[in-house]
Amino acid sequence: MIANFGYKDGSGDFYISIDTDKCNGCGDCIPACPVGLLQIRENEYDPMADDNMVVVLEEHRKKIKYSCAPCKNEGKDSILPCVKVCLPNAITHSW
Amino acid sequence: MAKEFWRWKEYNWKSETIDWKDGNTVSCGIDVGSVSSQAVILVDGELYAYSSMRTGSDSPMSATNAMNWALEDTGMTQDNVHYVVGTGYGRVNVPFANKTITEIACHARGANLMYGNTVRTILDMGGQDCKAIRCDEKGKVTNFLMNDKCAAGTGRGMEVFADLLSIPIEDVGELSFQVDEEPPPVSSTCVVFAKTEATGLLREGWPKNKVIAAYCSAMSHRVVTLLQRIGVESDFVITGGIGKNVGIVRRLSQELGFETLKTNYDSQIAGALGAALFGRALAEKARN
Repeated sequence: MIANFGYKDGSGDFYISIDTDKCNGCGDCIPACPVGLLQIRENEYDPMADDNMVVVLEEHRKKIKYSCAPCKNEGKDSILPCVKVCLPNAITHSW
Repeated sequence: MAKEFWRWKEYNWKSETIDWKDGNTVSCGIDVGSVSSQAVILVDGELYAYSSMRTGSDSPMSATNAMNWALEDTGMTQDNVHYVVGTGYGRVNVPFANKTITEIACHARGANLMYGNTVRTILDMGGQDCKAIRCDEKGKVTNFLMNDKCAAGTGRGMEVFADLLSIPIEDVGELSFQVDEEPPPVSSTCVVFAKTEATGLLREGWPKNKVIAAYCSAMSHRVVTLLQRIGVESDFVITGGIGKNVGIVRRLSQELGFETLKTNYDSQIAGALGAALFGRALAEKARN
């Protein structure tokens, strides 16, 4: 499953996407994020399964543009720290 | 009192053919949304009763009211229900829920039963948010995104326009086609700005049908861009209250190039129905 957390508004698309088929639940991305955006949680999108997945915390979902801003400073081609540490390449972003 | 054009009908329904006493598992799904709340009762996975009403300011109360209204004249009490699943925006406010499940999973599961297992893309246009969901043949979510940051492309926006133009909300869809030619969409997607723009158009002498057509068209375009992010695969369906508004449904299908499937079920109960189906599965899992 691809879970898109974030929103679209007049200023653009701001989504962090997690591919749960790739995510192995290692949790390396959690300390990598300077604002504590991510958390490992039970997969609530499949109530019959018992697996875990990475989610973006609710309080950040409507302000990702600002929450993720500290990692966007280094120019267009820079890779976000959460993306960099994710060995299975489960995290992508829309900007 | 001034007429409230936004006010949609509240209703309940009960099956005449099913006797709940014959059932092994009675499950209930309660979908407390931002605008409307639904309660669905299933007897062994068959639709037995449901209700749909406004949420109001007290979510726990509206969960209880929706449940009681669905139970009305059934002879059933809450004690006869084996499993209750709460879903929707206000799911944490269902005091008697055995479990809460996100509405994204519930809509996919509900649509799978309502429209059949060929459904791959679901657009839920709710009261205050809009969800685009892709699922597999079992109704399991494979991709989703949600837009709950603003009211553009939601039922609330439509309520505002119904009131502004004095058109009963149920008639918006049909009236939006009674125009000489399709007007250009209003340029703002924001409900507040769109309302300002519409007031200006009325002053210019646009008939109200033309204004509502321009708004329907803007709203369809807005959700199409959301859908494009996750990709659309047929069969495509629209759930939620806006699923009953042909003004949006027809314009959306045209812009996407996908027809929407029809159903005999009420498109607004998809979330609660999915929750009740999960409730049944969880009750049976707990028993074994």
